[in-house]
Amino acid sequence: MPTWDYAPAPESRETARLRESYQMFVDGKFVDGSGTAFKTINPADEAVLAEVAEANQSDVDTAVAAARRAFDRTWGRMPGRERSKYLFRIARLIQERARELAVLESLDNGKPIKESRDVDVPLAAAHFFYYAGWADKLEYAGLGPNPRPLGVAGQVIPWNFPLLMAAWKLAPALAAGNTCVLKPAETTPLTALVLAEICQQADLPPGVVNVLPGAGATGAAVVGHPAVDKVAFTGSTDVGKEIQRQIAGTGKKLTLELGGKAANIVFEDAPLDQAVEGIVNGIFFNQGHVCCAGSRLLVQESIADELLESLKRRLATLRLGDPLDKNTDIGAINSAVQLAKIRELSGIGEAEGAQRWSPPCALPDRGFWFPPTLFTGVSQAHRIAREEIFGPVLSVLTFRTPDEALAKANNTPYGLSAGIWTEKGSRILWMANRLRAGVIWANTFNRFDPAAPFGGYQESGFGREGGRHGLEAYVAH
Amino acid sequence: MHRSLSTDSAIHAEACRVDSSDVTRSSTVLGTQPREFGDAAADATSLRRFLHGLPGVDEVGAQARAAGLFTRSIKKASKVWALEAAIGMVDLTTLEGADTAGKVAGLCAKARQPDPADPSCPPVAAVCVYPDLVAGARSHLVGSSVVVASVATAFPSGRASLRTKLADVADAVEAGADEIDMVIDRGAFLSGHYKTVYDEIVAVKEACGPAHLKVILETGELSTLDNVRRASWLALLAGGDFIKTSTGKVTPAATPPVALVMLEAVRDFAAATGDRRGVKLAGGIRTAKDAIRYLVLVKETAGEDWLTSDLFRIGASSLVNDLLMQRTKEQTGVYSGNDYFSVD
Repeated sequence: MPTWDYAPAPESRETARLRESYQMFVDGKFVDGSGTAFKTINPADEAVLAEVAEANQSDVDTAVAAARRAFDRTWGRMPGRERSKYLFRIARLIQERARELAVLESLDNGKPIKESRDVDVPLAAAHFFYYAGWADKLEYAGLGPNPRPLGVAGQVIPWNFPLLMAAWKLAPALAAGNTCVLKPAETTPLTALVLAEICQQADLPPGVVNVLPGAGATGAAVVGHPAVDKVAFTGSTDVGKEIQRQIAGTGKKLTLELGGKAANIVFEDAPLDQAVEGIVNGIFFNQGHVCCAGSRLLVQESIADELLESLKRRLATLRLGDPLDKNTDIGAINSAVQLAKIRELSGIGEAEGAQRWSPPCALPDRGFWFPPTLFTGVSQAHRIAREEIFGPVLSVLTFRTPDEALAKANNTPYGLSAGIWTEKGSRILWMANRLRAGVIWANTFNRFDPAAPFGGYQESGFGREGGRHGLEAYVAH
Repeated sequence: MHRSLSTDSAIHAEACRVDSSDVTRSSTVLGTQPREFGDAAADATSLRRFLHGLPGVDEVGAQARAAGLFTRSIKKASKVWALEAAIGMVDLTTLEGADTAGKVAGLCAKARQPDPADPSCPPVAAVCVYPDLVAGARSHLVGSSVVVASVATAFPSGRASLRTKLADVADAVEAGADEIDMVIDRGAFLSGHYKTVYDEIVAVKEACGPAHLKVILETGELSTLDNVRRASWLALLAGGDFIKTSTGKVTPAATPPVALVMLEAVRDFAAATGDRRGVKLAGGIRTAKDAIRYLVLVKETAGEDWLTSDLFRIGASSLVNDLLMQRTKEQTGVYSGNDYFSVD
């Protein structure tokens, strides 16, 4: 009987060029914050990675003032063809420092290196490349004959794709001629600060990009600052609603990219082996910390048993462990808070009578870990079928007909994404026309491209990021 | 089917392959269906219905999955294990018009002892030659674990009458071939005459007698992954002990998604019947790195049980030297040049 275990193949931690402390980035310079510096930890072993400056209200005032000056004096007046050069430069620098960024991201966030290396960092560069191309073509973006920048954008981003979300926010804003004050998540501030360093390296004029680490209070200060013209937020629906209340009546433009409870719908004529991969990728990619995760599997009853058997066999091959190991498929949960939430909702799933299953999977002793988990026997009435868990937990529901699949898929307050698996093209189109979700994948899942707009319905938010549509949030027309 | 259907006896059959399979073979009727599939191949219509009822393969998804597995990083002890395992899974092959007794003798010597500088290096699984060179190969391999495989059935095109193909097989078996690598009639397959292909495989299997049958699908000519899946199942239903990608004469030969789909077929066939069949990749695998990547594909698709030369082979010639060179490098820490390994 052969046994072939893969030897550990870790990326070197040195590559991340981790420093003991990180300052905030304001007006083109790294400076100390006026708030209380906080520690960011490695969720894989709970060790402190670095101390990070915290921005308070006065720092936000300084940063917004710097962004306003940069908008008035340099960036807002600069021809698009000049702005594009900076964006191209940033994109290339991200590529040059790709390994450093990938390792740092895995350290700070807990995601497996193969994802930060193959998805997060390349996509972040791709977003800058893509929007660099738009900077001198805004008149042709279908946004009116003379689209103008809005001014200062206050941007608050989540911890699940720290660098990528920074790129999603900064690239279109800068391409359109806005200046930015970006607030990264308190558990994952490091790559955004390296991105700030890259802006400095690219000679971006001072004040065009400002990065202010901090927690909720810092975010509220950025969002609520009277000189901020545009607010963009990605995160939880609760905070999104809070922001909407906070800025109601101020005239600020707002885009929100919030939670989701996406249906991944597998019909009986689906390519089953690829559907299994799509389900795995849909919910276990980035430990399920994905707003568009396919957290509800809707499978046609006629193939449910067969599909679940294949899915379980596949889950048993997932490798959970050291995020820096190149062979790791499932990394660490980002924080103790998030782990507690996943545990709580999973407990509720069991209490509600759903059957819980995980493959045999040893969890490391230290750090925040949760095994890949399936719930079968889930009904639409269960909380695990309705609430966003934001973890590696899949709720499996069944359906009998396309109409039923559609009704169940749409029966959610969210509407960010959906997946359809069938070899029948007409059914894909029929479903896609009727699903209320901003992004619909057919025979694939969690595929991202800077040219494709992304955004939600209902409680998943409004506005689009990516593509030509992503520019609209940053121009007046 | 040809082997016993229970899992236990399938494992037993692997452990002492040649002997036990002789017994199970003679005790079953050739050309019958595994009972799990009822009368799937009873006639042309039901066979067609069965093959077209298999789930489709999404090309993009299959490519992505294979590419994902190819990013596994195999280092240190696991690399050494993989290199040695891969050497032991090679069918060292020469299939040229210019082949001679001398060439085959050289190949056999290399098969027995791939690395003359290191007797601890395992031998390859088999040498693979044309039927008229089987007897010579046989005589050079006496006393070794290396078996003789022979291509037959009007290899590589398969464009001959069934009578000719069967005679070709009979010749090879009579000359001492342990394994027969047949080609399917791709023309019949592509025109939808699945039963013709099936019947031919059954007939060849019968002509093989105790010899193991590898069925070459020539996936480069089948073109779509749906076809690869159907041809794989067709060959498994008809009794092929192995399904094999290619003749090596057509490009593309073995590709990652093709290997993935074939491994899924043997995995699913085993899950349904308890009968484990093998996969052989041939053509285009020239580097140790690629060979190891394919071993990852085997491990994570069919499972660890398939990591044995009884169930997985790589048809190759130049690959062996790269495997040897990498193996030596793992032992000594330095790369040596091509001149330190024998040309075949």
